[in-house]
Amino acid sequence: MDLYEYQAKELFAKHGVAVVPGKVCFTPDEAKAVAEEIGTTVVVKAQVKTGGRGKAGGVKLADNASDARDRAQDILGLDIKGHTVRKVLVAEAADIVAEYYVSFLLDRTNRTFLAMASVEGGVEIEEVAVNNPDALAMIRVDAIEGCTLAKAAEIADAAKFPSDVRDQVIEMLQNLWKVLIEEDATLVEVNPLAKISDGRVLALDGKVSLDDNAQYRHESHLALIDDSETDPIELRAKEFDLNYVKLQGEVGIIGNGAGLVMSTLDVVAYAGEEFGGVKPANFLDIGGGASAQVMANGLDIVLGDPEVKAVFVNVFGGITACDAVANGIVQAVSMLADRGEPITKPIVCRIDGNNAAEGRRILDESGIALIERVETMDDAARRVAQLASGK
Amino acid sequence: MAIFLDASSKILVQGMTGSEGTKHTRRMIASGTNVVAGVTPGKGGQEVDGIPVFNSVGEAMAATGANVSVVFVPPKFAKAAVIEAIDAKIPLCVVITEGIPVHDTAAFFQYSQNSGATRIVGPNCPGLISPDLSNAGIIPGDITKKGRVGLVSKSGTLTYQMMFELRDLGFSTCVGIGGDPIIGTTHIDCLEAFEADPETDVIVMIGEIGGDAEERAAAFIKDNVKKPVVGYVAGFTAPEGKTMGHAGAIVSGSSGTAAAKKDALEAVGVRVGKTPSEAARLVREVLANL
Repeated sequence: MDLYEYQAKELFAKHGVAVVPGKVCFTPDEAKAVAEEIGTTVVVKAQVKTGGRGKAGGVKLADNASDARDRAQDILGLDIKGHTVRKVLVAEAADIVAEYYVSFLLDRTNRTFLAMASVEGGVEIEEVAVNNPDALAMIRVDAIEGCTLAKAAEIADAAKFPSDVRDQVIEMLQNLWKVLIEEDATLVEVNPLAKISDGRVLALDGKVSLDDNAQYRHESHLALIDDSETDPIELRAKEFDLNYVKLQGEVGIIGNGAGLVMSTLDVVAYAGEEFGGVKPANFLDIGGGASAQVMANGLDIVLGDPEVKAVFVNVFGGITACDAVANGIVQAVSMLADRGEPITKPIVCRIDGNNAAEGRRILDESGIALIERVETMDDAARRVAQLASGK
Repeated sequence: MAIFLDASSKILVQGMTGSEGTKHTRRMIASGTNVVAGVTPGKGGQEVDGIPVFNSVGEAMAATGANVSVVFVPPKFAKAAVIEAIDAKIPLCVVITEGIPVHDTAAFFQYSQNSGATRIVGPNCPGLISPDLSNAGIIPGDITKKGRVGLVSKSGTLTYQMMFELRDLGFSTCVGIGGDPIIGTTHIDCLEAFEADPETDVIVMIGEIGGDAEERAAAFIKDNVKKPVVGYVAGFTAPEGKTMGHAGAIVSGSSGTAAAKKDALEAVGVRVGKTPSEAARLVREVLANL
């Protein structure tokens, strides 16, 4: 889960990372009140989970409280790269003397953690990495030893932080490491890390990604979930505990196992090229050992997407039993009929593996005309693309 | 021969008394695997289907000579279980458990590196099978037979699909390395082992979006692998920023795309199929030309 800047800064503050005072606001009047409280020039910042806010007009300075209200008015509702701004952070404006960069992240390549630091902050760090790689220090951090005082000093010195801020940067690094470890984050990033006119070093922005697998040991993280930007079908799927991602297309996809479902999306997209550019409408992985009920829930979700014209169920039963999959399909069809929403869209099924013969028999004898069984994955993809295209 | 796992493998199951552990122990045995022990702290002395349960990995190894551990322990307890296996110096530890926090995996992986005695496969993987010899994990034992194709894959079901496509040819070993951001055994480790395995003639490598493991595997193939390699990469149509099921399967920025991985593999002479079936056809072509 990626956090908003204001949430990241709340975690920063909790672990002793120096930030400027500020507060999240949902309305222009709230922004005005917070600006009054702060009492100095403030910055009003759009809270969206994407970069390039400044260029999109999502970050503005305000000299006084009523100015802050007007700027919040301008920013709330903006569309930034497809994200609607629903809240702004109003924070004390800092008098910046120098902008730096620091982060800790999971280093998949080396299977450990990595610290990155640069005295050239305030710009896209990817640009620094390309244009001036010597200015970006990258230091591995051992997952067991962690970011010790010596390691933090090594990072600060590798990035050539000036002596007047070195101690503050070292302390900042150790506190950011605490955020990474104690919150189970996979990324903590500060850009810019700023030296301000009174000599202090502060985190002016913050980016944190949390590990969803670690949710069980962080009850407080539940409060950070914000579904306002989540697709409504994805939300419904989440209630069923289904692994669903909405895409833009016409062919509903249900499969088992993340790899096979990703592969199914590709195969359908290739087949779709022959049929006027038909595309997969979603990713839905019913997982290993799925029961008939899980299959039925999945079909319910996928058929509930008005953009779906045809559905492809692609299962290779390893642990998942194909007869349970077939029963789930048949159950879903009758459940929808009982609900007064009889299915009108064709369902193409390809099932192989554990108990496949029985699964095929159940489908073939179901008497449901809209269920069509195809032997191979490639042929089934072609057939479902054709059905979805109406050709 | 096969890689990592063969007829001499003696398997212990950590978490055997749990429902998943018991179910899959039975499946492993049914596919001819020599399961010698179970480990569940506090349940030492019990038996599951006649197999003795011990309190610790160390005790189980001492009593039975087990040399492979398969871990079915729930995410909360997985780190402790794997560290216990590493402390006991078991040569191979296969972590099936899904949903382990990545900080825990990073820690036990580092621990295994420091110890130097244990190879970890997984986590969040289906395990590995050397058909007709031994099966450590949850890969169905009845899809295919012993043969001369080596398979390494991030994805479980794509492993099964490829085994099914080439079931008439058979496999030396199939390794499901798992789709998490940090995994103990990589494509490169398997490529290296298959290259050295006299019973493997052709290697199939299945990748997916996210990270740069496939690109690094391509660089490794260029300098170190003489056997033919056929590739398949899943996730060409995955949009940026959306996680596709596996915690590691996410395209971030311009990195980790399927197209970049395919290009990198093809640049070093790996033939890459557009679909799993096409990759299977390429394997047949390659074998026919050997």
